[in-house]
Amino acid sequence: MLAQLLQFLFSGLTVGATYALAALGFTLIYNASNVINFAQGEFIMLGGMLAVFFTQAGLPLPAALALAILVPAVVGILIEKLAIEPVKGAETVTLIIITIGASLVIRGLVQVFLGKNTHSLPAFSGDTPIEILGATLMPQSLWVMGVTAIVVVVLWYFFNRTLTGKAMLATSYNRLAAELVGINTNGVLFMSFAMSAALGALGGILITPITLTSYDVGIMLGLKGFVAAVLGGLGNGLGAVVGGLLVGILEAMGAGYLSSAYKDPIPFVLILFILFFMPRGLFGAKVTDRV
Amino acid sequence: MQKRAYFGLYILIAVLAVLPFVLPNSFYLDLAIRMAINAIIVLGLNLLIGFAGQISLGHAGFLGLGAYASAVLPTHFGWHPVLAMIAGAVATGILAALVARPIFKLKGNYLAMATLGLGIIINIAVRNEAQWTGGPDGMPVPAFGLAGFELSSDKQWYWVVAALLAVSVWASLNLIDSPFGRALRALHGSEVASRVVGVDVVRYKVAIFVMSAVFASLMGSVTAHYVGFVTPNLADFFHSIELVTMVVIGGMASVYGSVIGAVLLTALPQALATFEGWETVAFGAILMICMIFLPKGLVPTLASKFGKAE
Amino acid sequence: MPALLDVSNLSIHFGGVKAVQDVSFSIDAGIVYSVIGPNGAGKTTLFNLITGVYKPTAGEIRLDGESIGGKSPDELARRGVARTFQNLQICMNMSAIENVMVGAHLRLDRNLIKAALRLPGLTRRDAELREEAFELMRFVGLEKYRDARADSMPYGALKRLEIARALAMKPRLIFLDEPAAGLNPKETIEVDHLVRKVADSGITVVLVEHDMKMVMNLSDRILVLDYGKKLAEGTGEEVRRNPDVIAAYLGAHA
Ligand SMILES: Nc1ncnc2c1ncn2[C@@H]1O[C@H](COP(=O)(O)OP(=O)(O)OP(=O)(O)O)[C@@H](O)[C@H]1O
Ligand SMILES: [Mg+2]
Repeated sequence: MLAQLLQFLFSGLTVGATYALAALGFTLIYNASNVINFAQGEFIMLGGMLAVFFTQAGLPLPAALALAILVPAVVGILIEKLAIEPVKGAETVTLIIITIGASLVIRGLVQVFLGKNTHSLPAFSGDTPIEILGATLMPQSLWVMGVTAIVVVVLWYFFNRTLTGKAMLATSYNRLAAELVGINTNGVLFMSFAMSAALGALGGILITPITLTSYDVGIMLGLKGFVAAVLGGLGNGLGAVVGGLLVGILEAMGAGYLSSAYKDPIPFVLILFILFFMPRGLFGAKVTDRV
Repeated sequence: MQKRAYFGLYILIAVLAVLPFVLPNSFYLDLAIRMAINAIIVLGLNLLIGFAGQISLGHAGFLGLGAYASAVLPTHFGWHPVLAMIAGAVATGILAALVARPIFKLKGNYLAMATLGLGIIINIAVRNEAQWTGGPDGMPVPAFGLAGFELSSDKQWYWVVAALLAVSVWASLNLIDSPFGRALRALHGSEVASRVVGVDVVRYKVAIFVMSAVFASLMGSVTAHYVGFVTPNLADFFHSIELVTMVVIGGMASVYGSVIGAVLLTALPQALATFEGWETVAFGAILMICMIFLPKGLVPTLASKFGKAE
Repeated sequence: MPALLDVSNLSIHFGGVKAVQDVSFSIDAGIVYSVIGPNGAGKTTLFNLITGVYKPTAGEIRLDGESIGGKSPDELARRGVARTFQNLQICMNMSAIENVMVGAHLRLDRNLIKAALRLPGLTRRDAELREEAFELMRFVGLEKYRDARADSMPYGALKRLEIARALAMKPRLIFLDEPAAGLNPKETIEVDHLVRKVADSGITVVLVEHDMKMVMNLSDRILVLDYGKKLAEGTGEEVRRNPDVIAAYLGAHA
């Protein structure tokens, strides 16, 4: 009983950590530009696929992983420079279509050059499970949760203690005012795309030894990251993390106790209820649109 | 919108009338039928995206619901195809309304994600329920008949679909130039302004969303009967994106743009067939390039070049 | 006779910003009532509250004795409340005349099926409406824009187009938020005359305007807001002599 519950909790927290990273990615870009980046899931996919590719190409693991984060970050920057900046201030529909287009290009290129097969990465510190109260925890899960925790702390420090971080935060509150006090808001946008892409890729790399990866895993992961961001209150960093973990746990419980074939719809049904009863999510601030 | 808006309709009817006599073989006739079916779906989707300014990334899901209603209900339950088609449309309408109500109280991004998720779930359900749907392999669909007459040859299908297309274009032109259509366009232009003149914006958004979903479902049924076979690909995310791309490239808020977009992009996969895998890249690139360099789409851009307002 | 509009202890807060605080006043039918005050005083917010765009944090709004606080804009539109916007809210995806026609939304048959089938009754009514809308464009001085697209019109014309759209609602009460802002002196005088014509047609006018000459010229009564609070209320003469108002305005300019 308890062992089973604990088991579901472990796997929930593990995938939940990935969703949290994706949700943080959504949040960063949303705060900098009010854009929902529909390509966020592709960064996750790209991280995993590139890590596989670079290790298979014979690079040592640390170098392969570094490249698998760096390349998506560059892709994120390219998207921002080539596709988001030129249409600044466009309608929501336009921005959605552009980021969807970007996601298709990424997915298509991966499919063409890396193929349609499913891949795995070796776990970072072996596959010897750890027993806790009758439940087993894989060492890779500890990697996922640990690295996510570190990332959250680093991000907190960045936004609250560094000038660049504060400038980014200021831009999210009031872009115009930020510009007036001399913050380079284009630079902020640039930074947020690079950071979101890197966060997504990191999540993708960490989770690949557990869930495997292929060219088409991005949509679902992105969707769940978005659900997590909305659950936490779109735009709220802490909310994104809590939302991610919650979505992961609920999904694992649903898959375990209800039906594993229908685990993917769970977050989606959840989000409909949230939007219905608490449209600002758990930690979202109340805002009245200015007229 | 004056009389000349209907001029294009006469041209369309003329083209549709002569087309079967000039097409060299059945391959092209089949292509023309699929173009017309897509055009009808895209007309409905453009009312939602282009005119009302709301987006759906899951329309293939609705299409799939209609298609599978027409496949499953007659096959497993012996329903009459007409009844099955209507049941599919009603179920789609109810589902769309249930989802739309809460979502439309919020902003555009939520709708995009919600429809994306809904489409994916419909697809998952169709793949999983293999005992009913044949799973990933799909299932055959019985022929469509009404009052002893059975639609079988491609020629017959062509005339049915061509007539439906002409009527749909006519109805769309009528709609956008009516009080209902003006309210739709107004809530796109300025939501707050339309609210203060009395437009219940949530109701209008829900209405057009449900209408376009029902359109997609009906055409899904038509596709199923025409092809004689359904697979989950009909309902997948990529197909939803194909439909949105048709809207965008032809021209948002352009009735004729919908037709042109559908024609072009139905032909495109044929042209790309030799480049396995590049399809996705091409669609993605088209979407981005259109939105950045040709945000109005082909038809409105060309129309304003030649000094004619559509 | 009760006042047409009666506002009591109205407040709204945005986080820490108390944009409107405990404001009370009432407006009799048939007059021109102006709301003035420095930038950020809460004038537009007051309009947003009364027309249902914002929900009040506290207080009551009554129209003809009926409580309307917190009702949605379309419910207020049904009760004959119209408005224009300080920041233009014109539908740039439509023609000028269609923008005016949208104003008549509630007086039309909005049926989707009938529209799609282009039933003759509906088309006839629409043709009549087009003429009516053109009459309104003439009334506000936009007759030369009959076939224009909204996005091709100059700013000054769009300001009047907003008024024409509001008038198409056949309102009892119209809120004009800075109709002369950004206009040149000649256009300002024209708008001044236009507001007078609107008032003379029997519509109660509530006006926000920074042009004091226009305000003094047109208003029967004036409400002065400062930092979201009511500073003074009365006729133009009374307000002008009010020491608080003098202090606030001199303070604002000093
Ligand atoms: N939706 C909103 N969210 C947060 N603050 C708001 C909102 N709307 C208005 N405010 C604040 O309320 C205060 C009053 O603003 P308002 O626009 O009503 O002033 P105003 O009197 O119309 O000024 P102006 O003469 O410049 O038009 C301002 O401090 C403004 O920043
Ligand atoms: Mg104002």
